[in-house]
Amino acid sequence: MTETPPVRPVSRRGLLTGGALAAGGALAGGAAIAGTRTDRPGRPDAAAADTTLAANVGGLVEPFHGARQAGIATEPQAHASFVALTLRAGVDRAALGRMLRLLTDDAARLTQGQPALADTEAELGLLPARLTLTFGFGPGLYRAAGIDDRRPASVTDLPAFRIDRLQPAWSGGDLLLQICADDAITVAHAQRVLIKDSRPFATIRWVQQGFRRSPGVEPSGHTQRNLFGQLDGTANPRPGTPLDTAVWVPDGPAWLRDSTTLVLRRISMNLETWDLLGRADREVAVGRRLDTGAPLTGTAEHDEPDFAATDDDGLTVIPDFSHLTRAHVTDDRLKILRRPYNYDGVPTAEGHADSGLIFTSYQADIARQFLPIQRRLAERDLLNEWTTPIGSAVFAIPPGCPPDGWIGEQLLG
Amino acid sequence: MRTTSLLGPHRRSAARFATVAALLAVGAAGCASAEPSSNAAPSSSASASTATGVVGIRDPWVKAADKGMTAAFGTLVNDGDTDVTVTAAATSLSSMELHEMAMKDGKMVMQQKQGGIVIKAKSTHALEPGGDHLMLMNLTKPVQAGDELTFTLTFADGKTQQFTAVAKPFAGAQESYAPGHGEPMTGMSATPGMSMSPAS
Repeated sequence: MTETPPVRPVSRRGLLTGGALAAGGALAGGAAIAGTRTDRPGRPDAAAADTTLAANVGGLVEPFHGARQAGIATEPQAHASFVALTLRAGVDRAALGRMLRLLTDDAARLTQGQPALADTEAELGLLPARLTLTFGFGPGLYRAAGIDDRRPASVTDLPAFRIDRLQPAWSGGDLLLQICADDAITVAHAQRVLIKDSRPFATIRWVQQGFRRSPGVEPSGHTQRNLFGQLDGTANPRPGTPLDTAVWVPDGPAWLRDSTTLVLRRISMNLETWDLLGRADREVAVGRRLDTGAPLTGTAEHDEPDFAATDDDGLTVIPDFSHLTRAHVTDDRLKILRRPYNYDGVPTAEGHADSGLIFTSYQADIARQFLPIQRRLAERDLLNEWTTPIGSAVFAIPPGCPPDGWIGEQLLG
Repeated sequence: MRTTSLLGPHRRSAARFATVAALLAVGAAGCASAEPSSNAAPSSSASASTATGVVGIRDPWVKAADKGMTAAFGTLVNDGDTDVTVTAAATSLSSMELHEMAMKDGKMVMQQKQGGIVIKAKSTHALEPGGDHLMLMNLTKPVQAGDELTFTLTFADGKTQQFTAVAKPFAGAQESYAPGHGEPMTGMSATPGMSMSPAS
């Protein structure tokens, strides 16, 4: 406070905050809230809002049991950890059954705000914050269980793409644990519990942790922004029939019906070369406005793009090489559900970012839906100039389970 | 790394968890994006096992082990009007004893529970690492993670009751490996998965 020039007008908010800072840093947050309340009398009472926020974030529960696994059609939570496991030698169908019974029980409890069985940090299990735990089966799991004939045909390593620079450290996996919640401690605890119960059966292959906006920062249903500043996921199928058509396998044997598939790609985003672009070039590369996410031919995010519209020079307003053009799909059966998370690693000594996207695509059939889009993007998408896939993995997401069942029972039971 | 003496006085009560869950459910009501918890009772999934018997047995589990000794845990629930005493436990995989952790000369030691395990009327009794537990003395085959073991409890009035417990990987509860020797439980190594006697 001593550095503040005495002639400068000091707002009441500043006084309050400054006083709290002088009294002790730990109080600053509370003082800031008080200041906000004083400055903006129209806002709800901050103390009451605080209690409501805790109940509406920490206490919220997503259902676990059901025909389909949670964590896919679920409104994306703020934090995610994706853990890929490699099954230990000798882990067979019976061992997988034991493993998945344990993991299912952990998930059934933790997602509902109850500590896991034998939870050594039981207090960390009491605030689920919309925790979902979703299990995915890689090609290796089907081989280990001796049931490769039950593996969905499209769940296999993707073909190599020209743009790929895949690293084994970020690729593959026999079993995926997808852990999502609106609180990072909840995610950490769930990850710890699931890994402890997995250790007799598997080793860690990779872990990818990511984030989106925190709950309450913007209304739910918003399209998330990636670290390029772009709205990411605008073209997702809408909740309801469009999403269901794109994501869920509608029929077939019990281990396929209500299942889906996941393509998880780690996309490095080169913020250093992206920095070289002006705003107009950035918008042309994507085919959308940065602020609203509207197509360059529209004014609102969900306006239909007009690929035929031309500018004064006779060129299409949305260029053929734009990400929007290359990825555009109208048929729900051909769409993919993106549910991405940002990652932001440690910058280099020179300050170069290690940032990117944990790209997740859910679809009923990878070959029918994901691959055609990916081929068009790999062939000619201007965004490829600034993005590099460095990891890739595919998983079947088996159906959900009833309260007396376990994930994978239809397949392995 | 020893947690035995820390956990002992802080017995978790399932009833308390249920209360917390109920409070959470109230707080969550009215939100459209997620469902409030509708069931404050412990999960009824694979590991839970209770039978209509002398007592309720909530969240039973057994520590996975390749050989030697291990222990089973859970919460015994007595809804009746009279105290109930467990006098013995049995399983096909091992002989068993009823054990307790007790303070002797300022140190936590494990010993057989004299007079059995008493569950007071209208109350619960926790079997947990660092507290009373059902001891498996010498496994005749490995207890693998995810296995389900059947146990039989015998009560003071001669009645018996079976329950099933799931095997969990668990690094703690190392007191299981030093029964009845009266050795101090503090300062010993807690290396996961090792069947070992206390270093001290």
